[in-house]
Amino acid sequence: MCLGVPGQVLAIDDANPDFPMGRVSFGGVVQEVCLAYTPDTQVGDYVIVHVGFAISRLDEAEAKQTLEYLEQIEALANEPSPPSSR
Amino acid sequence: MKYVDEYRGQAEAQRYARALSRITTRPWSVMEICGGQTHNLLKFGIDQLLPDELSLIHGPGCPVCVTPIETIDRAIAIAGRPSVTLASFGDMLRVPGSSTDLLRAKASGADVRIVYSPLDAVQLAVRTPDRHVVFFAVGFETTAPATAMAVSRARQLGLTNFSLLVAHVLVPPALEALLSAADNVIQGVLAAGHVCTVMGTWQYEPLAERHRVPIVVTGFEPVDLLQGLHMLVTQLEAGRSEVLNQYARSVTRDGNQPAQRRLTDVFDVCDRHWRGIGSIEKSGLRLRPELSEFDAEQRFDVAAIRAPEPAVCIAGEILRGAKKPPACSAFGTTCTPERPLGAPMVSSEGACAAYYRYRKGTRPTGSPPA
Amino acid sequence: MPNPPAKPSPTLVCPVPLPAGAAVQLGHGSGGRLSQQLLGDVFLSTFDDPELATLKDGAVLPIGSSRLALSTDSFVVHPLFFPGGDIGSLAVHGTVNDLCMCGARPIALSAGFILEEGLPLHTLKQVVASMQRAAVEAGVRVVTGDTKVVEHGKGDGLYINTAGVGVIPEEVQVAPNRARPGDRVLINGPIGEHGIAVLSVREGLAFESPIVSDCASLVDLVARMLAAGGEGVHVLRDPTRGGVATAVYELAASARVGVTLNERAIPVADAVHGACELLGLDPLYVANEGKVVAWVDPSRAEAVLEAMRAHPLGAQAAIIGEVTAGPPGEVYLRSSIGSLRVLDLLSGEQLPRIC
Repeated sequence: MCLGVPGQVLAIDDANPDFPMGRVSFGGVVQEVCLAYTPDTQVGDYVIVHVGFAISRLDEAEAKQTLEYLEQIEALANEPSPPSSR
Repeated sequence: MKYVDEYRGQAEAQRYARALSRITTRPWSVMEICGGQTHNLLKFGIDQLLPDELSLIHGPGCPVCVTPIETIDRAIAIAGRPSVTLASFGDMLRVPGSSTDLLRAKASGADVRIVYSPLDAVQLAVRTPDRHVVFFAVGFETTAPATAMAVSRARQLGLTNFSLLVAHVLVPPALEALLSAADNVIQGVLAAGHVCTVMGTWQYEPLAERHRVPIVVTGFEPVDLLQGLHMLVTQLEAGRSEVLNQYARSVTRDGNQPAQRRLTDVFDVCDRHWRGIGSIEKSGLRLRPELSEFDAEQRFDVAAIRAPEPAVCIAGEILRGAKKPPACSAFGTTCTPERPLGAPMVSSEGACAAYYRYRKGTRPTGSPPA
Repeated sequence: MPNPPAKPSPTLVCPVPLPAGAAVQLGHGSGGRLSQQLLGDVFLSTFDDPELATLKDGAVLPIGSSRLALSTDSFVVHPLFFPGGDIGSLAVHGTVNDLCMCGARPIALSAGFILEEGLPLHTLKQVVASMQRAAVEAGVRVVTGDTKVVEHGKGDGLYINTAGVGVIPEEVQVAPNRARPGDRVLINGPIGEHGIAVLSVREGLAFESPIVSDCASLVDLVARMLAAGGEGVHVLRDPTRGGVATAVYELAASARVGVTLNERAIPVADAVHGACELLGLDPLYVANEGKVVAWVDPSRAEAVLEAMRAHPLGAQAAIIGEVTAGPPGEVYLRSSIGSLRVLDLLSGEQLPRIC
């Protein structure tokens, strides 16, 4: 369920405070997204969008940590890690 | 795309496969709840990277699959009413009801339109005041807040030509029902990252404790799923049964508070029938009584429409994880995506459709060994 | 238009829903499995022609010592105008490209119009002007045609059918039966642009997109490819509705070979990738209108690739896979994480999804 896609907030329109809308870019495709459920969103933030609604703001620090998990478990297993692929 | 591509690395996937192999010492059966997880596991071929001891059971996390036949029939009936436009997500259009489906109803003249968001349905009502727009509201907790906002918006705009056929369902009661079943084989659970983005992870703690089953909330990209599996197997091997959060970039323990508040403003919890599983207490959402003017089921008087499930289709056993699609006698023969008997064959994330499209019961030659 | 109230469904005992064969569905037109079934059940069996049965983009007919290529296509796209083209330019390029896929030099087209009563004449003129421009670009003449008008409500504005003829140079032998295991699979550029461009202007899925249809005539590009690859160019196919996956699947079935595609090698523009993620679509199944997939002998693949890259319509050309001796008709995709999975036909339309 629940196709949620990360996109970057390009602009915010809070003319209607109950119903703030944002323009969100998904690799260059832009959609109008309702930001009512992510009230602290700023321009430049990344949000997860499901059916035209932002349901979370992506936490960059946590995102990085997720990517570092692999190195950590390999270190624990004493497996030599190949050089980073990025 | 940022936050997508980084989680699809080939080298990382292979490294996770090796890491999983290292830590898995005995057979485990784990269930991924969400149809989106099932789809990606098969689409990226992640299941091929897993050690043989690790068995994946595909759960009922497909709101399309679990919507009862009679709800489809009611939607079709409503779509056939004069001056009514039924607005629906694309996923629902091919799901078979008792005798037809929404796509065929559309071919026969019913005004059925695909929308991407519930707000599009509200907009449609605003633009076509001479038609009554009914939004077919399916989905889990991820989607319910969007429906709730559409109701609030319609109320704010004073619309009288908009209502909803609500069929939202909740995950934790379904998971409880599965884990409590006498024939349950599920030892660990991958929980749905976007459901938990809305609801948080705290609801799963009593479940993990009561059933002594570890639960890991995961995202949907290959790295998320593999990492989630690693976290789950680590717990299983150590005899732990905690709720852990792999998808921390989007999920927190408390979840999305504004969304949860809007849900309680608009919906009440109710009992709900799940296609193939049966009735589960307090597993659905319905509009609160003061919002009954937006309830299409009442307005169009379709509650009397009832329908039995077809005998041959074993969707229930598939959804409960008791069987895999190739075990069904109808799979790929009398039941195909072109002529489906049940919802899991039609829904883009149904286990049967996923198997059919990506597997067809055979493993391709030359697939990498685990 | 008011519908009569539907009767509530009776409680049925029979578990099998309405069989697919009872009436035409939208899915029959999408190029997937339903389309194949319709083709087989209704057309191939009745017309019973060996050339028809080869199901190439165009028929090849020996006339004296020459070979004529004949192709037809109908255009029902909605909306009529979309970023990068319109139903008119599509109608010309579509048939011209089908002729090219036979290795033919396109010469002339016929154009049949079904007009809905009420269609603004201004719109019709715009479409026809666009057709003329496309014809000039492709180096073909529109030499004969027909017009019919149907009542308001029966026609979706405008439908166009074009049929085209071309001549195949003696030395050119391009056909599915020339495919060989080891052939490289080439494509001239990024996929899914036409489908996304059309979707971006369809009602109900509003999104702004920089994507423009890739609708274009491939006459010149294909000529360069044939010049560079000679006999080494075995098969050509333009992946239109149903996308690259469907085109490759159909070819593998006709040619009775296997194919493995490499997902990482397939060019996709960021915006197409974004739109597909958003709508839950797979770019491999999204329509193209300016793309050619070529199966080329490994000894000539680099030369053909170079010739493609030197051409404006081939700047991002790439080798995206290989023909194999694998089970005939079976197409596999090596996913971005390195696993192999089956690539199958879709049953009908790919619908946007939320799940």
